[in-house]
Amino acid sequence: MKGQHKEVLFGLYNDEEVLMSAIKKAKKQHLDIMDVYSPFPIHGMDTVLELEESRLHVVGFIFGMTGTLTALIGISWIFGGSLMFDGDWPTLFGGKPYWSLPAFIPITFEMTVLFCAIGMVVVFYIICGLGFGVNNPILDDRITDDKFCIAFQTNGMDEADMDKLKGFFSATGAEEVHTKTI
Amino acid sequence: MSAAVSRIREPLIEGHKNYHQITEDLIGPTEKAPNMMWIVAFTLSVITLGYGLFSLCWTFYFGIGAWNANRTIGWAYDITNFVWWIGIGHAGTLISAILLLFRQRWRTGVNRAAEAMTIFAVMCAGIFPATHTGRPWFDFFMFPYPNTRGPLWVNFNSPLLWDLFAISTYFTVSLLFWYTGLVPDLATVRDRAKGVRKKIYAFMSMGWTGKAKHWQRHEYLSLILAGISTPLVLSVHTIVSFDFATSVIPGWHTTIFPPYFVAGAIFSGFAMVQTLMVITRKCFSLEGYITTNHIESMNKVILVTGTMVGSAYLIELFVAWYSGYVYEQFAFYNRVLGPYYWSYIGMMGCNLLAPQVFWSKKIRRNIWWTFFISIFVNIGMWFERFVIIATTLARDYLPSSWSYYWPSWVEIGIYLGTFGLFFTLYLIFARVAPVVATAEVKAILKQYGDQYLGPDAQPHHHHRHDEEEADVHNDGDEKHHH
Repeated sequence: MKGQHKEVLFGLYNDEEVLMSAIKKAKKQHLDIMDVYSPFPIHGMDTVLELEESRLHVVGFIFGMTGTLTALIGISWIFGGSLMFDGDWPTLFGGKPYWSLPAFIPITFEMTVLFCAIGMVVVFYIICGLGFGVNNPILDDRITDDKFCIAFQTNGMDEADMDKLKGFFSATGAEEVHTKTI
Repeated sequence: MSAAVSRIREPLIEGHKNYHQITEDLIGPTEKAPNMMWIVAFTLSVITLGYGLFSLCWTFYFGIGAWNANRTIGWAYDITNFVWWIGIGHAGTLISAILLLFRQRWRTGVNRAAEAMTIFAVMCAGIFPATHTGRPWFDFFMFPYPNTRGPLWVNFNSPLLWDLFAISTYFTVSLLFWYTGLVPDLATVRDRAKGVRKKIYAFMSMGWTGKAKHWQRHEYLSLILAGISTPLVLSVHTIVSFDFATSVIPGWHTTIFPPYFVAGAIFSGFAMVQTLMVITRKCFSLEGYITTNHIESMNKVILVTGTMVGSAYLIELFVAWYSGYVYEQFAFYNRVLGPYYWSYIGMMGCNLLAPQVFWSKKIRRNIWWTFFISIFVNIGMWFERFVIIATTLARDYLPSSWSYYWPSWVEIGIYLGTFGLFFTLYLIFARVAPVVATAEVKAILKQYGDQYLGPDAQPHHHHRHDEEEADVHNDGDEKHHH
């Protein structure tokens, strides 16, 4: 998609309830919504938009498990005393076994949480295409304030289809309709 | 959503706001030049921070002999301050994580500032153990990495190392949680800004546009981060308490320490949030967002946790007596009636007795009372750590090594310096970022604002006639679903 300009027709709504019923209508009319933008997350919008459930929790689980294993295997490898490892540098503390699992639990837990959090946050920014220095095109400056936006991509669309979309916006109570090339 | 709302509850957002008004109120302060009060406060903070840095340099140059910690009382002022700051650093994640899981909507008014406070408090806390090592330039030895010293590894069985892992994890996760929540609000600032400011905020807001898919993932991320932060926040102070509880020192090695430290941390954290919020809401005119109800909710938490901590103090005394173990009994006798009796009185008075006034609804909802009690709690919780650490060590097994401890000017300087650091960072934060989570407040406006338009709304609350119909309809729908 890089380098290709998108022609966008978008309508701005004043309220999320109006927006939601507009999305429902668009879905009923089989209009191909490019994207919906809002200043805050709207409860139930992902179902209306038929968005797939996010799999971030799977990412979190995998990273968390990586943390658990890193800590457990790391400590076991260093201290030894278990069936798996002889120990890189076994040390005796207070006459306790070299491999004293209960004492390894706190660090294992912290590493699980640390890996899970960092992994999830980094993956979140990567899959959303966000990051320091990223400048995504903004349709309207008020979308992060109090406007709710439905956008359609109109590349190569004929007059009749455009009019249909404009008709949709006026029928669903959009306050403003604009076009923009991003 | 709205189905869980009882109309008996007071609104969480007052003043008949609409979305744009919320933006104006919350983003506005970042767009104005700082007022005189801010400049004075900032200057004082930076001066204090400078004095703290001077005291730190003094310590590094002359070594920790510049402190009054001695062979008997090896942990004293610095570790007291460390535990105190870490405790304060617990409220932010508690508010944002645990209250998110418990669906306490009032958190949206205070979570952003509390999270910022957490991060700054943990930064202040870290200074003390890092300095206490005496040679902070070797502090990286504490991290396990393949090295040329043997390889000599760290002791994974030691609570002190657990603490290092717990606190660095806590700091990192809190920072990620806070910043991820801040990104949409920074985008709001960006879209209102011009020129260089716009460029800076565009960089900081990472290209956020408010796409539906991004919001969905953002919600997921926040929820899972809250889920993992909840055990994390409990683990951090549990592990801090292990520093003491796993030792063999009478007065320290008690099994009650972990829950009691966690309750104490929540207690002191909320007190510090109150202290800051009472001032912040006044300075930025945020009374509509941080309402008397918010203040009251937090005072209830203070009352509960204060009483829990107070009960723990009494249980400790009972268990010491009941144990029949003379050293334990002496440690507690010494704690109450020994040379540091004044700090025990301070602790009991400020932590157990002072918050009891919050049984009265009138006092819970009074700003001045809230402010003063929060100060008392901050002081009391400092005394608690001092009582546990210095008082216990001052009288050990050998009467010949008994000692008395008083901080040197260098130690006081470092402590003051952490206040300087804390307030410098907080004041900068309050200038450059919205102190209230703007997007989250907007998301709860319809359900928890005072212009509630549901079926059983009171008529005089109808102010936004244009949206009334849609709202009534929706709320009816929601009730049906749940």
